[in-house]
Amino acid sequence: MTMYSVAQYRAKRFGLKLAVQLFCAAVAATCLFPLFWMVSSSFKTQETVFSDFSLIPAKFHWNNYAEAWTKGGFGTYFLNSLFYTTVVVTGIVLIGSLAAYAFARLRFPGRQFLFMLFLATMMIPIPGAFIALYVLLNKLGLINTHWGYILPQINGGLALSIFLLKTFFEKLPKDLEDSARIDGCGKWGIYWNLALPLAKPAIAVVIIFNVLAVWNEYLLAMLVLTDKELMPLQRGLMVFQGAHITQYPLLMAGMTLSVIPIIVVYLLMQRYIIEGITAGAIKG
Amino acid sequence: MRFKDQLENYLFVLPAIILFAVFSIYPFLKVFQLSVYEWDGISSMMRFVGLANFWDIFRHNGVWWTSVWNAIYITLLALTFQNILALLLALACDKGIRGGHVYRVIFYLPPVLSGIVVGLIWSWIYDGNYGLLNHWLKAIGLDSLTRSWLSDPKTALTSVAVIHMWKGFGWGFVILLAGLQNIPRELYEAARVDGASGWQVFKEVTVPMMIPVFILVAILTVLGTMQIFDIIISTTGGGPGYHTEVPVTRILSTMTGTSQFGYACAEGIMFGILLLLVSLFQMRIGKTFRQAP
Repeated sequence: MTMYSVAQYRAKRFGLKLAVQLFCAAVAATCLFPLFWMVSSSFKTQETVFSDFSLIPAKFHWNNYAEAWTKGGFGTYFLNSLFYTTVVVTGIVLIGSLAAYAFARLRFPGRQFLFMLFLATMMIPIPGAFIALYVLLNKLGLINTHWGYILPQINGGLALSIFLLKTFFEKLPKDLEDSARIDGCGKWGIYWNLALPLAKPAIAVVIIFNVLAVWNEYLLAMLVLTDKELMPLQRGLMVFQGAHITQYPLLMAGMTLSVIPIIVVYLLMQRYIIEGITAGAIKG
Repeated sequence: MRFKDQLENYLFVLPAIILFAVFSIYPFLKVFQLSVYEWDGISSMMRFVGLANFWDIFRHNGVWWTSVWNAIYITLLALTFQNILALLLALACDKGIRGGHVYRVIFYLPPVLSGIVVGLIWSWIYDGNYGLLNHWLKAIGLDSLTRSWLSDPKTALTSVAVIHMWKGFGWGFVILLAGLQNIPRELYEAARVDGASGWQVFKEVTVPMMIPVFILVAILTVLGTMQIFDIIISTTGGGPGYHTEVPVTRILSTMTGTSQFGYACAEGIMFGILLLLVSLFQMRIGKTFRQAP
């Protein structure tokens, strides 16, 4: 290092910093551009969308959104997605936290074995399982029903959620529970009034991950739901695209509608996302 | 009393176990059962064929192996380009560049979008007639390169791989960055005091400390990319011909297209075993690396 003069050293450092900064900015622009393009196209008309390549359209054609919502069916798809996501995520949090609490704090024979069983399904990929799942749902009469789409997804989110919540419950100080017990609190009371409220940060991680997973789910929706009235957004987008392939402004409006909640949730809770991935990945 | 107490404890896990048994364990076992039958999924007639389904996939199903190779091709691109990009960006953000937090939020944006939305946006960018990519190529005078990117057999698979990598690198970035930030800063300082150059520090400190994270990212990249589906279905649907067909689309069309449920299960099992072997192999490599630094 002493071989450089100070000025040379500074110039080199500055150049390097600038290059890194430019590189990161370029990648960031590449990330954002397709999204801007989608939003901008959603405001163009069928006539201008293929000729007007500007990122900010001269005139904002808000009508596309009204048309996508009603005629395009995206209103129904949107509300369906909202319904499925709420029910599935609530189910995962309740059922998952109950099980996680028991695995962390209660004693019963087979506890270790059952927990390992849950973990094993996270590790072993079975890409054909959806065939058997379809056969099962058919047998149960759940094809093309709400529950046929909801129950498998609650189950799908359980393993990771139980894992995350169990780790959290294990870290809770035992004294708290002991004093609650002395005050006459039963196990259910301790779970509901003490453990669950304390687990808010971990539950936030569970919620955010499952919201993203359920909102973005496609394969199961394709297999289970054939009735347009029952379809969530991702399925609806494909149906719309298949039927009106060249109606880009409406398709883009529908896509923007489907992306807005995800981006809002992401920006509000991105701290938890990063936390969750790193906790799950580094420790798991 | 104690018995009753433990019975009550079971109630906590009961809902989870019921769901799990019905929607995970049962399908898991059922796949194995179905894989040795010939069955159209509807009729009550199931014909036992033993391992014939597996044998047929091995010997006669060229399309299946094409789909596996296609997935491997995308995976190799993702393992190299996507993860190197993720690592470079993670290194930059770990060094505390200005705006690092903003970059972090932006880079992780594509991974939170659905594969369907991403695929549909990019289909338009790649479109032969109205696509942005061709528009730009023309604008800079490279008319000769313009083509219908997703329906040209020469470019379809790579174009799909680019979409997948665009969607995926931010996720590798977040994990790698977390790994980098876990490295104690004193190690860097000590190396610097010993007179190590930037490259030496990277080679002697960063890389050895990051091996477990590298292995993890590699395994998850392989598992995620080999099972690519949403992006395929929303862009090419497997075409042109079988040029972007991947295992999951194959299993699906065997099942819903030609109604060979048993055969589709056999494909699923073969594919699952392949994924398991690759993951075990990668963990093995990880171990040898850690033992001999």
